Amino acid sequence: MTVGLSHYLTVAAILFTLGIFGIFLNRKNVIVILMSVELMLLAVNINLVAFSAFHGDLAGQVFALIVLTVAAAEAAIGLAIVVVYFRNRGTIDVADIDLLKG
Amino acid sequence: MLSTLFFYLFAFTCIASAFMVIAAKNPVHAVLFLILAFFNAAGLFVLLGAEFIAMILVVVYVGAVMVLFLFVVMMLDVDFAELRAGFLKFLPVGATVGIVLLLELLLVLGAWITAPGMVARVPTPPAEDISNTAALGNLLYTRYVYLFQGAGLILLVAMIGSIVLTLHHKQGVRRQSIAAQVGRTREMGVEVVKVESGRGLS
Repeated sequence: MTVGLSHYLTVAAILFTLGIFGIFLNRKNVIVILMSVELMLLAVNINLVAFSAFHGDLAGQVFALIVLTVAAAEAAIGLAIVVVYFRNRGTIDVADIDLLKG
Repeated sequence: MLSTLFFYLFAFTCIASAFMVIAAKNPVHAVLFLILAFFNAAGLFVLLGAEFIAMILVVVYVGAVMVLFLFVVMMLDVDFAELRAGFLKFLPVGATVGIVLLLELLLVLGAWITAPGMVARVPTPPAEDISNTAALGNLLYTRYVYLFQGAGLILLVAMIGSIVLTLHHKQGVRRQSIAAQVGRTREMGVEVVKVESGRGLS
């Protein structure tokens, strides 16, 4: 029983679904939502690296590096926004973020 | 075969810890489970022969980004129990969306047909004479050098952005003004007063 491309894609699909599920489940906690986004980006990275390895093309791994960079930048900016928001309002409940009345 | 065994070990641990990330009551535990998930994903990358990405994932991601998460979670004094109040209310719609999405993804995977000969049965082994890191570097610094520079620019913007967002000057703090110190003259500091003897200053 050899592990093929579809095994890795299935793992990535389950991880991505768990990320979506986490966003729906923890609608109030911004930090857990950010962590769910990290999970989804990890699933994307697994897909990229798996395709890269099975096709013998390194471009996928280069793209995975770029995705890692963007994910790190997103985490840094997102956490900075959370910290500033908590300093101003004293809560991180998503439902309270309605100052713009959107 | 050992690699098959390790694939299932890493895959199941990764998925289980990803589930615990979204189900954990305590956000600190959620971050720790996320670290576990990243470690196991790094194991999967090593199995695929992408050693450099795996090490970057452990060093940069677990070492920097997840520690940043942990730091923020511990720094904010939030009542996390209150934030979980609507947990069960969102469960049906979340489960529906999740299951539908998973089914769609698996259906796409099941109907996936690649051109024969395109996909190897096993991951392509790395070239004998060059390591994965060297091959990636050869590609990154030549063909994708603009992408590489763009990634650096993104990190710079993120760094400046987060500093600008979180920096705030406290009012009422006396700060050193070097320009005022250097520009000080003798006349500003010393006053010569002629005192008549026996009278004193009024």
